Amino acid sequence: MADPALEIRDLRKSFGALRATDGVTLDLRPGEIHALIGPNGAGKSTLIAQIAGGLRPDSGSVRLFGRDVTALGAPARARMGLARSFQISSLAGEFSALRNVMLAVQARAGTSFRFLRPTRGDRRLTEPAMAALARVGLADRAEVPAALLSHGERRRLELALALAMEPRLFLLDEPMAGLGAEGSRELTGFLSELRREAPILLVEHDMDAVFALADRISVLEAGRVIASGSPAEIRADAGARRAYLGDSS
Amino acid sequence: MKSLSSASPREAAANLAILALLILGPWAALSAGHPFYVTLATKAAILALAATGLHLALGLGGLVSFGHAAFFGLGGYAAGILAAHAGSGEALILGWAGSREILTMILAAMGLALLAALPIGAISLRTSGVYFLMITLAFAQMIYYFALSWPAYGGDDGLSFRRGIFPGLNSARPLPYFWICLGALLIGLALFQILRASRFGTALEATRQNPQRVEALGIEPFGLRLTAFALSAMMVGAAGALFANLNRFASPSMLSWQMSGELIVLILLGGRGRLLGPTAGAVLFVAMEHVLGGWTERWQFFLGLAVLGVAVFARGGLLGLIAGGRRDG
Repeated sequence: MADPALEIRDLRKSFGALRATDGVTLDLRPGEIHALIGPNGAGKSTLIAQIAGGLRPDSGSVRLFGRDVTALGAPARARMGLARSFQISSLAGEFSALRNVMLAVQARAGTSFRFLRPTRGDRRLTEPAMAALARVGLADRAEVPAALLSHGERRRLELALALAMEPRLFLLDEPMAGLGAEGSRELTGFLSELRREAPILLVEHDMDAVFALADRISVLEAGRVIASGSPAEIRADAGARRAYLGDSS
Repeated sequence: MKSLSSASPREAAANLAILALLILGPWAALSAGHPFYVTLATKAAILALAATGLHLALGLGGLVSFGHAAFFGLGGYAAGILAAHAGSGEALILGWAGSREILTMILAAMGLALLAALPIGAISLRTSGVYFLMITLAFAQMIYYFALSWPAYGGDDGLSFRRGIFPGLNSARPLPYFWICLGALLIGLALFQILRASRFGTALEATRQNPQRVEALGIEPFGLRLTAFALSAMMVGAAGALFANLNRFASPSMLSWQMSGELIVLILLGGRGRLLGPTAGAVLFVAMEHVLGGWTERWQFFLGLAVLGVAVFARGGLLGLIAGGRRDG
């Protein structure tokens, strides 16, 4: 099998006495969806931040596509092909949906130091951006400022930004949050297809979605991975059921 | 592409009115025999250029620099020093005895501003918010006190010189000099608009709105901000050279923190985030200074009231009040 897209070894991060990440080891293989679940406060956000590059671990290593990126910041990791979505939508609110995605296209092309040509009507930006918007069903909302989009539309715009980066790895932080049953079902179908383009590390609370999508599931509790395996294995694991699945039997 | 267009019809009309006032006003005043108003309009155009320069950093990049007087004053001194050496014939550097050409002075001013802005920006931009404001202020104050205490170019007396020359125009007379400054302002406004519409401007505006998102897309905000800071300083430096030429005097007060504050006030007064906001602010400022200053020495009390009014009732400034609505994205 090829190198894992993402490989985390014995990652540790403490805030004072709190061990937010306590020796986490996991990987993400090409073509798969690896779901990360766990109760609130289990350390999912801290782990995501260390993978994306916003937070330095105290010890341990993060490897992307075989390369040690532990010392690199978020922009460098993004340029290597890591696209993340945020738990709370993080967009340029004054820009239209289209202009947000155009920014992702120019970031992918590495052309942010061009000073003269206007972006407006630049088809090398607008065409890939419109294509990404169309894939998430926002083509008819392209001209609406991001701040005026509905919650669900902003979640989809986050996804369009990630698509426009043409990434080699998706890091999706609760993409289903606040979408409702219908939206979650739609997105589940979409993500299921998306894994063919690049593997997905999925942090998600929606268990229906997780068990429908994931090839592997890891359960995080108090900063540690307490169980890891196929959906069937996780369903059968007593520790995982106690920690997260709300099963008292 | 409506949301990408830069101005609503009302804002476009307001823009046209401001430019018409600035262009036709001095010409009409001179015909009516009031050459003094030409000088006022020249001052407004120069301050508008300086504020447009600061607007590159403050409006697009969200970098509230409280030290841009440094670049304004350095531009002024660059002009004054070149003129002084050209007058005395004494070599300035490598046997070159300065210049009386306004264009050369402007280039020197922009070069000097760039040289100062790169280290100042590189250090200041490691901070943000209030810390950024204070550290830019500290750098400007260092240069201010250096100018005060350096006797070679006048120290606290400032530096008097003859206004520079310009190809094809008698720049010593008020109206031709006004055309020169107005031309510089129009070039500055065009550059602002071009930068804003470019990929660089898009990325820069995005770092203002959401640096976390920009980083997640793979763009480092620091380089964008430093570039914006340097371009901004160069435009302010050019304005400083024109200002010193207008007064035939490079004064340490051009470097003072009051000057930095004034430039910020011009932007807030006119309307942050709009192409002609700083210009509207400069016209309003010079008009208030003249009209209210004629009644009372304490005219800045009323300026304070105006700023307060803008802060409380009209966050979009004068242009926001006229044009209404959200500023463009």
